[in-house]
Parts: sequence; structure tokens; C-alpha cells
Amino acid sequence: MHADPRGVLTGVHFIDGDQACCEGALAAGARFAAGYPITPSTEVVERFAARIPTVGGVFIQMEDELAASITILGAVWGGAKAFTVTSGPGFSLMMEHIGYAAMTETPCVFVNVQRGGPSTGLPTLPAQGDMMQARWGSHGDYSIIALSPNSPQECFDLTIHAFNLAEQYRTPVMFMMDEVVGHMTEKVVIPPADQIAIYPRRHAQQPAGAYQPFLPGPDLVPPMVHAGEGFRIHITGLTHDERGYPAMNPEVQDRLVRRLKDKVERAADQLVLCEEENLEDASVVVVSYGITSRVAQRAIDLARAEGLKVGKLRLIIVWPFPEKRIRELASKVKAFVVPELNLGQMVREVERAAAGAAKTISVPHAGGTVHRPEDILAAIREVGR
Amino acid sequence: MSVETLQLVNPVEPFLRMDRIPHIWCPGCGIGTTVNCFARALLESKADLDRVVVVSGIGCSGRVAGYVALDSFHTTHGRAIPFATGLKLANPSLSVVVYSGDGDLAAIGGNHLIHAARRNIDIKVICINNFIYAMTGGQSGPTTPLTAVTTTMPYGAYEPVFNLPYLADAAGAVYVARWTTFHVRQLTRAMGEILHKKGFCFIEVLSPCPTLYERRNKLGEALDTMLYYKASSKVRHGAPTSEVALSKKGEIIVGKFVDRQRPDYLELMKNQMASQLGGKYVDTGCLTCS
Repeated sequence: MHADPRGVLTGVHFIDGDQACCEGALAAGARFAAGYPITPSTEVVERFAARIPTVGGVFIQMEDELAASITILGAVWGGAKAFTVTSGPGFSLMMEHIGYAAMTETPCVFVNVQRGGPSTGLPTLPAQGDMMQARWGSHGDYSIIALSPNSPQECFDLTIHAFNLAEQYRTPVMFMMDEVVGHMTEKVVIPPADQIAIYPRRHAQQPAGAYQPFLPGPDLVPPMVHAGEGFRIHITGLTHDERGYPAMNPEVQDRLVRRLKDKVERAADQLVLCEEENLEDASVVVVSYGITSRVAQRAIDLARAEGLKVGKLRLIIVWPFPEKRIRELASKVKAFVVPELNLGQMVREVERAAAGAAKTISVPHAGGTVHRPEDILAAIREVGR
Repeated sequence: MSVETLQLVNPVEPFLRMDRIPHIWCPGCGIGTTVNCFARALLESKADLDRVVVVSGIGCSGRVAGYVALDSFHTTHGRAIPFATGLKLANPSLSVVVYSGDGDLAAIGGNHLIHAARRNIDIKVICINNFIYAMTGGQSGPTTPLTAVTTTMPYGAYEPVFNLPYLADAAGAVYVARWTTFHVRQLTRAMGEILHKKGFCFIEVLSPCPTLYERRNKLGEALDTMLYYKASSKVRHGAPTSEVALSKKGEIIVGKFVDRQRPDYLELMKNQMASQLGGKYVDTGCLTCS
């Protein structure tokens, strides 16, 4: 189906990534947001608060991030498409509800405009230090989908994609921006509503008596119903059987948790979204994401001007990690160079997938600003010669 | 000769998930009594049961959501109120009841309790107060009476105690009452009243935990607690909530303390938006997506 035109601000805009993310959410059909002020993410909900009364919906500023992150889940079970927006410290507080959303298979989007950490860290300055937290932050085993935009245009386009994936897989989706992408102002083209594809909620077709809330289809995703529709559902964060009833035994635990993990991981190949360039003849591949990919571009260009055979692999969907693609490349190239605004997070995934078939070089940065292209270039030269 | 079998069906059975019975509550626990009252209140209220939703947090009282044959959500510890807030704002046609315990609502969830009351979110909160954390084995909470022995205050509680009706009143609740599990008729009536009352409503229900509170404090068995509730309760409707604090063995002031009108959150929001945006304001009601 197509986007509801009421939420789509068709036209050419000059806006920052935070505002573009808000427009993406509105275009995707989000009509409910709950948030708590935190730099550098607040502009997303500020714009939502200004726009939603004329689109039709609700923004509520909650008393803290714990509240915001479960208020949206209540709204989803009430029928809405909903999201929340935060940065590092708030993201840490939201972890329990990312787990609750995963366990109850509540489709929703968590936007994290990353800043320097740990703790209060660098509120106004960029980092990419929450990438592993996005994957592993809540307790227990579950799978997650995470995206990383590198421009305001992608903040718009990929926010829609994030909502669509949340609906398709009935899972919380992490939208991992960073301060620079959030506050960078560029041209953003918003297409007409009929050119925006929307994945509809997977509403159950069965009558109330025949419906089991956690009985999955062939793709391991169960159809959903909302409160108030006569299905009398029970939804719990406890380990539950297909009826949704608590079941405190290892058999149900195994069946449920494996399915929660497998429904995303079995779809990993369909979920791969990377930007690739010059990989045919590459002996070195720079793997990057978010704002770092734009700095890395300069390093790649300089290296190629020097005659080094350097290719680019930009992760757009970061989780699930494109393991198979890295493995394929590892058999052909000499090395991966992985710059990121943290002291080495996604590089561990690259190294794991490469499994020794190619060298993996981390170009870490503690955040606060972006890399100097020369530092990435130095790493490329080191392995490319 | 024909044999007729007498089918005895408890009138509250249609309100319960009978396939989940027996429940987990201990003999003498008061939570089941409150659920019985709630079921009877629903029966009498003639509410559309497809539109009544129960939201619970974590703990013994948090298990109520799992036994009622309604749309029901067993959420995270302390966060039933913000979940209920999202549910209500996304679909205002739902009647949303938060059913949880004193530790869940007043300790870990205390911030949400006061803010939901301040905003006057149109949800109904039923707070079962058994004076301790029961599910985890009888630890102290913000309602544990002074000198009471708990596993985490083995030499007796010394922290000052929350007076929950006073807290809810001060934060802005439009309906505040307290009953005990001895007062089943009054409690049933109060539950019925809040189902029809717009705005943030709060009922505190004192309820025995014979296993972990009364026994450990040598307060007798469940029946002794009933006798205590009976002998020591004084009905004082309209009592100033500042005067209804509880103690370990003292008087229990019960009754309807607050019943007032003030615009709820959605009304305030809609009026403000309409006054500032005029015809540009889109009042959608239910936010159900396709």
C-alpha cells in the first residue's frame, strides 16, 4: 500500500537530519510519538509536536525515557504506529522496553541520535558508540534490526524503511543516527505519497475464537490484533506459549526465543542493504556507516588517486550484520579497513565474518568530532601497499 | 427416569480465563477477592467488555492481567501506567484499567503515578496494597508500616511511609478511595463508579499477604487480618487525605476521599490545539493504522 498523503510533505526541502527523520516517520504513518528531551535528538520530536496536530495524532512528552519507551508500546497495541527518539543516556534507560517490544513482538521504531559517551559524555558532539548496545542492550536473546543513515535524505527514506521493517517482522527497529547526520542540513526530496510504499500492519484474518496471538506464519511472524477488537488477548513479557499465556518451562522458552531470533536472522539475506563501490578490483575494502562513511569517502578518493585499489562497503542496515557479503569479500581482498566513531565495535563483526581470510584493521575514534580522512588514508596505505 | 445435573457456574467465571485457573496466589491472599469484586463491578456496570482493557505491572497483583478474560497486558515492573497512557491516547474509546501492587505503582512506578494523575489521563488505577513486595519474598516497600519486619528490614522498618491517597490527591487524581478486602460491597461499588468516571481515578485496596507480611509480623492468619480490617476500619467519606495515613496496627480510614471534576488530558490537548490552530487542527480520535 501507499503512504497516507496527510503525513507526506511532498516537495524539495532544505532541512536537517532530525527534521527529515520526523518527516519520514509521518510519511510512514506514525501518528503517535512519546519522548523526553535529550540533545542532540530533540528536534525530531519538536517537529513532530508542531506537525502532528494538523496531520492527526498525538505527541506526549513523558516524565522520563522509561515512560516514553513503553508509552509507544501501549499506543501500538491501541492500534497506532508509534516511535520514540533519544540519545545515549536515554537509550540506556530504554533497554528494558526494547526487550519488552522484542518479547511481545510489538512493531515500533527507536531513534537514537548518537552522541559521545559513556554516561553524559558529549551531549552536543557525535559518536557511534551505541552500535553494540543497539544489538545486545536488553537482557536475554532476541534479534534486532538497525539502520544507519548518512544524510538527511536517508534520514527521511530510511525512517520509512525502518517502520516498514518493524511491521514486516513485528520487531523493534533501531534507527541509529549520529549528531552530525542529525544536525546536518541538506536537500531532502519528499516524493508524492503514491510513490512511498508502506508495509501495512499484519492484522490477523482469523475470527476471535480461532486466533492465537503468537502462532507464527511460515516466516515465523505471527499476525497481530489490537486491544478493543474483541479478541481478548493476553500479552506478557513472561515467556509465553502461542496463546500468549505464561509458560515457565524450558521447552516453551526454547521455542519462543529461537523463533524471536530466527524470524530476523533467517531473513538476513533479504535484509542486506549496503552501498558498494569499486569492489570488483579492490584489494582493500573500507567498511563504514553513518557519518563516518562520508569522511571515509574522502580517504577512498585520495587512495584511489594514489593508485591503490580501494573499494567501499557502506552498511545501511547494520543489524542483522551482512555476514555473508563480508565473508565473500574476505576470500577476494587483502584487508578491510573499518573506521568508526567508537573504539572498535562493528569492526568485531567484520573480523568475525572475515574469519582470518582477510586482515581487519580498526580505525577507532572516541567521538566528539569525525575522523580526519588522513587517518583513514594512513590505514588504507598500510594494508594496501 | 431422567437425571438432571445441576450446573453450578460462578457468575464471575465469564470474566476469568478459566483455562488458567488455578491461579498462583496463596491461600488467604486478598488479590483474588479484589478480582471477584472487579468482575462483579464489570457485570453490574454493563460495560462493553470488548473495550475494557486491564494493564498490570510486575508482582503478585501484576498477575491479575493474566486471569481476566479481557484484553490484558502484563507489562514491565512499574510501567503499567505509561503503557496504559499510550493505549488510551491511541484509542480513547477503550476503558483502561491499571491493576497492580503498591511496590509496582508507588516505588518503581511512583514517578508515572504522579505524572499520570497530574495530566489527568483517563485511566483507572486499582492499587492492591499488601505492605510489602510479595512476589520476591517479602521485602520492604514505600508502604511498609514503621517497625514491620521484612526480609530487607529484618530489625523493623524505619523509613517514613507513603500515604497513597494523599499522594494521588495531591498529584491531581479526580477520584481517590480506599477500601480493604473486607469491604467487598463497597469496593465493588467503587470499582463500578470509576468505570464510569472520566479522568485519573485511584483506589487503594488493603489486602492481606498472610504468607509474607502477617505471619512474619505475628499478625495472625488471613482471618485475623479480616477481623482487624473489620474492627479497625472507620468509614469517613470525604476525609482529608492528609489524615488517612496507615500504621501497623492502627485505625484504617476507608471511604471515598476525593470525587471531583476536571478536564482530562485529551480534552485539554484538543481544546488548546483547536484554540490555536482553528480549522487546521485534525481531531482524529482513534489512531488505528491500516
